[in-house]
Amino acid sequence: MGSNIDAITTIFTEFYYWLTVALMFLIHVGFCMYEVGASRRRNHMHTLLKNSMLIPLVTITFFFFGWWIYWAFPNGPFIYQGQGLILDMAAGNAPTSETMGTNLSDRITGVFWAAFLLFSWTAASIVSGSVIERINSGAFWILAVMIGSGAWIIDAAWGWHYDGWMVKMLGYHDAYASGVIHGIAGGFALGVLVVLGPRLGKFSSSGKARDILPHNPWLVCIGLFLIYTGFWGFYVACNVPLIAPDGIGGEITGETWTATTIYLTPTTLGAITVNFLMSLSGGMLMGYFVSKGNAFWTYSGGLAGIITASAGNDLYHPIQAMVIGAVGTYLAYKLHYWVENKFKIDDAVGAVAVHGYAGFIGLVICGFVLWGHPSSPYAGYAAINPLGQLVGAIIMFGVLGFLPGWIGALVLHKFGLLRIPKEVELMGLDFATDREEAAAAEEVRDALKQIAVSK
Amino acid sequence: MSTTGITTWAVDLADVGAVYPFQGWEFIMLIVGLVFWIWWHVTTFRSELAQHDHKVTTYGGAKLSEALDSND
Repeated sequence: MGSNIDAITTIFTEFYYWLTVALMFLIHVGFCMYEVGASRRRNHMHTLLKNSMLIPLVTITFFFFGWWIYWAFPNGPFIYQGQGLILDMAAGNAPTSETMGTNLSDRITGVFWAAFLLFSWTAASIVSGSVIERINSGAFWILAVMIGSGAWIIDAAWGWHYDGWMVKMLGYHDAYASGVIHGIAGGFALGVLVVLGPRLGKFSSSGKARDILPHNPWLVCIGLFLIYTGFWGFYVACNVPLIAPDGIGGEITGETWTATTIYLTPTTLGAITVNFLMSLSGGMLMGYFVSKGNAFWTYSGGLAGIITASAGNDLYHPIQAMVIGAVGTYLAYKLHYWVENKFKIDDAVGAVAVHGYAGFIGLVICGFVLWGHPSSPYAGYAAINPLGQLVGAIIMFGVLGFLPGWIGALVLHKFGLLRIPKEVELMGLDFATDREEAAAAEEVRDALKQIAVSK
Repeated sequence: MSTTGITTWAVDLADVGAVYPFQGWEFIMLIVGLVFWIWWHVTTFRSELAQHDHKVTTYGGAKLSEALDSND
């Protein structure tokens, strides 16, 4: 921080990311409320803890290796012109680096790490909701580390990094993570669900799907509201708040400072604020319409709307954002029930649809709407195009999402570790806890009787 | 002597970098962290599976099997 303006810029940036982290925490609060509300009474505490414990596990593993992957893997390795790991960039972000501890010469690495970490939690938490009430918590936590500190951060290095090979070669553009968070997490969840199977009683012997109602629809809706709130932090964290052209070092001329996306392409906080709200609105309106006023799908539609438009919300016109949000929500809703009935997939909270299908669709739409726009301020990068976005969507949802989820679940299944015993599923995961409470109540009643007798 | 390497603040902050204690021991601290992480997975997974076995053994009687068999 050589001058006062440098100091103000640095400390503003530090505070900016810190604030996004605090806001994004609400995403996780929302996910927990949503999952517990969707689960049945006999599974509440296990459902809550299954999700909550991904926080420490993904945090420590993201510190141990996840963050290093982001800086080391932008070339693949060996996908972009045969180039390997970028070890010099990664060195400053390794768990043994001096810049990862309290360091007066580096105020940004820590908050930037934390903002990415909150994305990691989100990716794992999306998977958590879809597998409730029948997965072993221990198995889920291994899968959570796989996506939270492995798969998603590889995809971020590839397609959500100013130097990523997907940006350079495909013109991949995904400003607010339609694919890099939502697409991959939805695909991963689907991969796990294929192996895990449905909850007992979800499908009748004739194969007809039953609607297992949330025990507390109100809690589910409040949870989704909180996810909306946290999503503001998510959006803002995807930007670089303030940077000078010489800080970018690309082809931009002049001296006008700007906010940028993660690709260092210019945008404004105002634009993404309007587009966030318009895509949310398009999604909610369509969600209400297509589900005939179902509260769960109306709120989920709002999320699906944002997620569909997120890939290009740095540039869309607000009405485009609204329409794209509505289209994505309609398709995600229809796909959810088609997949459920056709393949007997029990996605308990619709996560694959709201995050996975909407994210995939959003990437493809973005390729058409932003066709020809530069994906980067640097020379030599492919421009945004439909084919690049389609290939990118397949990589996010399929290659880095579905495939690792399916393989991970298959390995756990082979060792008999994936799913809880059917007897326990029927009794409920909290069954023992309930009995302890009943036993404690009986003890109190006995004590009261003794007091009454002694009188 | 100081564990942080800082013994006075009579310095130019532009020359100060890391100030956490035990600098140079980062690799050892990483090993400790990795061992704790792996240990946690193994021990909690074992405990969870044992709890399931206990529930099935204690409460998984004939009526439960009957209910599972008639699940349609």
